[in-house]
Amino acid sequence: MVVKVMVPTPLRQFTGKQASIECTAATVGEALGHLTSTFGELRKHLFTDDGRLRSFVNVYLNDEDIRFLQKENTQTKDGDTISIVPSIAGGSCRERN
Amino acid sequence: MHTAKNPLWTATATAKGAIGKSLLDCIGNTPLLRLERVGPNYPNVEFYGKAEWLNPGGSVKDRPALEMIREAERSGALKPGQTILDATSGNTGIAYAMIAAALGYRVKLCLPTSASEERKKILAAFGAELVFTPGDEGSDGAILRAREIIAAEPGKFFYPDQYGNDSNWRAHYKTTAKEIWEQTAGRITHFVAGLGTSGTFVGTSRRLKELNPAIRCISLQPDAAFHGLEGWKHMATAIVPAIYDATLADANLTVSTERAYRLVKQAAREEGLLLSPSAAAALDGCFQVAASLPPDERAVIVTVFPDSGTKYLSERFWGEV
Repeated sequence: MVVKVMVPTPLRQFTGKQASIECTAATVGEALGHLTSTFGELRKHLFTDDGRLRSFVNVYLNDEDIRFLQKENTQTKDGDTISIVPSIAGGSCRERN
Repeated sequence: MHTAKNPLWTATATAKGAIGKSLLDCIGNTPLLRLERVGPNYPNVEFYGKAEWLNPGGSVKDRPALEMIREAERSGALKPGQTILDATSGNTGIAYAMIAAALGYRVKLCLPTSASEERKKILAAFGAELVFTPGDEGSDGAILRAREIIAAEPGKFFYPDQYGNDSNWRAHYKTTAKEIWEQTAGRITHFVAGLGTSGTFVGTSRRLKELNPAIRCISLQPDAAFHGLEGWKHMATAIVPAIYDATLADANLTVSTERAYRLVKQAAREEGLLLSPSAAAALDGCFQVAASLPPDERAVIVTVFPDSGTKYLSERFWGEV
């Protein structure tokens, strides 16, 4: 399945300013694995040392939080969009791109 | 039936002092809590935090929101019939929504669909009109939508812009600093606060240093651009707020999101204090300051707890080690 992974603004410093990547992945976990193997610096920002998503990192498949689906084992379809959103609500000051 | 002549009624009214105060008059004058059990034991150091969740809107943001709205009314930037518009689902949005409801203004807030359900419900309860923007665009998408809405109908909206509005830091200059000074009877030696809009740190530090130039002011930031500390900014990678004044800080320290999460749980269980992650991060900053002092130095370290943990109970860290 070809999916698009959106990179949140504060992490684009580790993707050469790229806002998204496209990759082939059957699950959300595979897509995140693809992202962190392409951009190694991202791994420690997204995952703990033992490989779990950090507590404040929320991942959405299209508009659904994967916590309420099958978490990282959630299956993807062609054209799906995966978003990584830190669990903070505020912020009216734009981050630097 | 109670009458003014009933001595019991009179005594109660006098003792509470707050009877008859309006909601907005209850903003500020929060308790300064002494931390007695949680954290390392330094015999010469006292730790205090302002319990800002006891503001009527549940957070420190009641102070700047009220000051920005009142100043805009005085200056004519906010006129009767106008709508207050911003892009936030955070505590500032909640403060605008509450204050606007109490003053009879409408509020329109742009926020990403990914904002938490409890926040959407609080904002809706106060009658705020919510404009949802795609979750994958984050807060940027919400800001862009807010700008489009203002551009389409200029004159209809008041945009407080807490990042560039001097009334933000002035609220803390006039109230927070004064309260801390009085509540510690001038004994404060260190002021510690997290940086977001920087209003709390800038306003409070500026006034405290006027009252006693020896007070050390320490600003805190998340340890990385990508973090989970609500309201905090990583200044090296974010757009620096126009009201920020880096020269006020005697030192800058960093706190990781995971350290803050651990301290949230610890403070709840050991002190009976349900702090938000950013409040716990502020407390962690106080402990870092204490650790850096010579062992025999006496210190009164004060911080601001922006809000309590009640809006963060659905966060995953509660269920994780």
